[in-house]
Amino acid sequence: MNDLILTKTKDNDVLTVVANGRIDADNSSEFREEIKCSLDGITKIVFDFQDLTYISSAGLRVLLDLYKLFKNKMPGYSDIVIRKPTETVYETLDVTGYVDILTIEM
Amino acid sequence: MKLIKNELEIEAEAVKLRTVISFIDEQLEAVGCPMKTQLQIELAVEEIFVNIASYAYAPGTGTVQIKTVISGEPPVAEITFIDHGVRYDPLSRDDPNVKLPPSERKIGGLGIFLTKKNMDNVSYEYRDGCNILVMRKLLINQ
Repeated sequence: MNDLILTKTKDNDVLTVVANGRIDADNSSEFREEIKCSLDGITKIVFDFQDLTYISSAGLRVLLDLYKLFKNKMPGYSDIVIRKPTETVYETLDVTGYVDILTIEM
Repeated sequence: MKLIKNELEIEAEAVKLRTVISFIDEQLEAVGCPMKTQLQIELAVEEIFVNIASYAYAPGTGTVQIKTVISGEPPVAEITFIDHGVRYDPLSRDDPNVKLPPSERKIGGLGIFLTKKNMDNVSYEYRDGCNILVMRKLLINQ
């Protein structure tokens, strides 16, 4: 995927996705598909964003779509966590109110 | 610092995004722009370019002219997007309500909101059949 490397690990019902690079309009569709195809039996997604330098509104849209998809599938006990976002990515999540939707772990 | 001026005319197509970002980055890097400021500018440039690519000429195609000027001490970058597509002032739309729960959030509107948040100043005018969007930012860590 252009400028984005995803490493996915499944541990029982938890999917951890380490994202390295950037998520933008150029690769956000592939990003969405990569996550969507790994959701069977998953109740929690942890996005490790410590090496993600950049996310644009195209990436935010995918996160919101995944959130809705996931909440519909597993109402009540599903969760999406953003772990260790970089400063710029955190500011984007903060200014758009995504910090109130997703669980942020610093 | 001395004035740096550059110009790129490119097809307004989403697949050209990386070319546009590289064009901007080259100039910011040449003046030692702080990384955080560069990423903020990249974000604004992406949002505006993708908007033009998606809507200005749909369902046809067209080009967009991107002009950059970096000048002053401390330096200020001024980036201008000119297209001759359908008249549209992106600044005329209300900011999205970022306090809404996910179920009530609508697609769209976040891009221009992020542009305004990340740049110091954004302005729009329609002149001679062209949409002209100008944005500026001081190239220091903020």
